[in-house]
Amino acid sequence: MKQLFTNARVLIPGEITPQTVSVEIEGDRIVGVGATIAPDGHDVVDCQDQLLAPGIIDLGVFAIDKPAFHFGGITRAALMPDQSPALDLPAMIKHNASEGKPDLWSHPLAAATKGLLGNELAEIGLMKQAGARAVATGRNWIGDSGIMLKLLHYCRSLDMPVIVHSEDSGLTAGAVATAGETATRLGLPSAPASAEALSIARDIALVRESSAHVHFRQVTTAQGLDLIRAAKAEQLPVTCGITPAHLFLSDIATSDFRTFARLSPPLRSEDDRTACLDAIKDGTVDVISSGHDPRGPEDKRLPFAEAESGMAGAETLLALSLNLVRDGIIDMHRLFELLATTPAKILGVKAGQIFKGYEADLIVIDPEAPWQVDTRKMAASAGNTPFDKLPVQGRVRAIYKGGKAL
Amino acid sequence: MTSQQTGSPSAAGHQFPAGSDAFPHRHLLGIAGLQPWELLFLLKEAEQWVDLNRKSSKHVDRLDGLTVINAFFENSTRTLLSFEIAGKRMGADVVNMHAAQSSVKKGETLIDTAVTLNAMRADAIVIRHRSSGAVQLIADKVDCPVLNAGDGSHEHPTQALLDALTIQRRKGDISGLTITICGDVMHSRVARSNIYCLTTLGARVRVCAPTSLLPAALDRMNVEAFSNFEQALDGADVVMMLRLQNERMNGDFIPSPREFHHLYGLTRERLALAKPDALVMHPGPMNRGVEISSDIADDPDRSAITEQVEMGVAVRMACLDVLTRRSRGVEGWS
Repeated sequence: MKQLFTNARVLIPGEITPQTVSVEIEGDRIVGVGATIAPDGHDVVDCQDQLLAPGIIDLGVFAIDKPAFHFGGITRAALMPDQSPALDLPAMIKHNASEGKPDLWSHPLAAATKGLLGNELAEIGLMKQAGARAVATGRNWIGDSGIMLKLLHYCRSLDMPVIVHSEDSGLTAGAVATAGETATRLGLPSAPASAEALSIARDIALVRESSAHVHFRQVTTAQGLDLIRAAKAEQLPVTCGITPAHLFLSDIATSDFRTFARLSPPLRSEDDRTACLDAIKDGTVDVISSGHDPRGPEDKRLPFAEAESGMAGAETLLALSLNLVRDGIIDMHRLFELLATTPAKILGVKAGQIFKGYEADLIVIDPEAPWQVDTRKMAASAGNTPFDKLPVQGRVRAIYKGGKAL
Repeated sequence: MTSQQTGSPSAAGHQFPAGSDAFPHRHLLGIAGLQPWELLFLLKEAEQWVDLNRKSSKHVDRLDGLTVINAFFENSTRTLLSFEIAGKRMGADVVNMHAAQSSVKKGETLIDTAVTLNAMRADAIVIRHRSSGAVQLIADKVDCPVLNAGDGSHEHPTQALLDALTIQRRKGDISGLTITICGDVMHSRVARSNIYCLTTLGARVRVCAPTSLLPAALDRMNVEAFSNFEQALDGADVVMMLRLQNERMNGDFIPSPREFHHLYGLTRERLALAKPDALVMHPGPMNRGVEISSDIADDPDRSAITEQVEMGVAVRMACLDVLTRRSRGVEGWS
């Protein structure tokens, strides 16, 4: 049976603003997009003039948390290999790749090294065969440049992108904050923001050696973004991402030792935060993801330096990102490139845009709908958000994975 | 409260707001954010206890029937003893919990311990913990006043108050004095609390250490940072030396204790660069021959180190008194 989404403002490739067209679905695929498709013989879904967008593809989450993903309009999530145990064997990839189906597709990222220890290459080729679409270094940087170069050469030959964490571990050892006034006042162990630039500079040099595609999962400093900008000008195969937390919060959010604001990389200075917004505007940033990492009281109700890093970000990803459109930094079309189209390209999946032949992963959005973030009422398995009590706008009204309403 | 006898010049000349308006805070978690008159009020309150502590009979019943728990998650000798004496001299039942030596570890247990202490109906809890912010975490979970006896590298407010009291009694008004703090500023809660306290009271504060032991953005804290000890000492009214932790002296932050002494040890020759009557202070315990020479430390004309210990008991008595006024129903302290 074919479905037809009508009366929708649709984000389609090549158009800056949403177009009022119909979208035709057959099975799990988009088969037509246009203004003139006749409704005969279709199940008609009246979108009532709301926004129809591709489902969000969340590149780099630490847990598969379906209620939170569905609340946030996420239809696919790339799962970080930092599981227990690490995703460093083909069987684990296979298991995790089918875990969320059919209503959520999980794309487990292959651990770059055995146990994510940064010492020996994991069986990346076999993990690719088992369904892995990219490789990741996990929460940590690979400190050994020799191992890193071998990894990049190897992944280049397998045509797999490598998703890296960018903090020089020699500088960040023991640090829980970015060096600056806040960390000094609180007496928290800190590392200079240049820890990020150092690691990015090395990895860019190794990209130049290997021609491997490296995706810097979270770039959060002005220095780091400058390096990415220069590498792109040099036509190197690099991409980078960020989370809304680093766009809308600075280290001031940690001022009362609030562990929900303890993130990795840590929240940065206000200057770095504005540099991140500039990098969104000028196209240096390719991906916005949630970094979803739900953490319960046992990990968070601790002194700041003893708490685990991470935030539950899936539910707030869309609403916070919509601020970028409201503030005139980017348009709606660009926003969904960041949230869906580019992540899909990095993973090599035919999804992330409303186009003939692509997977019918769709969300219906009311971009203006107001709501309030509330740590006690989250759909996520834990409510560790630094945005508690923040009024936001933008709700997902309906979500379709492979053409099926969830 | 009955009015107290005269304190230092600055406190004596100061009019404090009535009742709890003089110190409206429930806890003493840090010096940051406190107003100058709130600090001066605590210093003024401490003066009476200095006098009492010098009498042969050192006891009042002001805290009679109250339970004060000293919960020390990190080892301490002098601060714990000082708080214990302070509570006992005012008639409180003081209980010490040596959590550092017990099975209490990190994790939920910290909150659990706080809830347990609260259930025992303590009237005040004094906490020391190795982690910055830990004391605030506990304070949020208990019904009684909490006094921070040192949390990580964050704050040690009673140390700053006892230092201020010592300076005030020796030098008069703190405002306008030049005070040099030298040593491991990066890891020192004593340095942070003193920076907040002394700058709030109007002193010119200099900090001095090798740059590897200075935290970032110190200029935002209204202090002047030096790496040259001689320059930092020039014309100082007070020289406050910090303790260098053993684990940081052997190649990690400092190549060796003798090299540190060579560059940053307070010797008589260096002290001559400060004002002729400059006061020498140290929060203890001292590494003699590392950050300070013995002949300076033991010179009663220059060193206020033992006086600091004496003022510590008085300041802690004042803090316990002031913070329990609400629960004791003292008039004006609602």
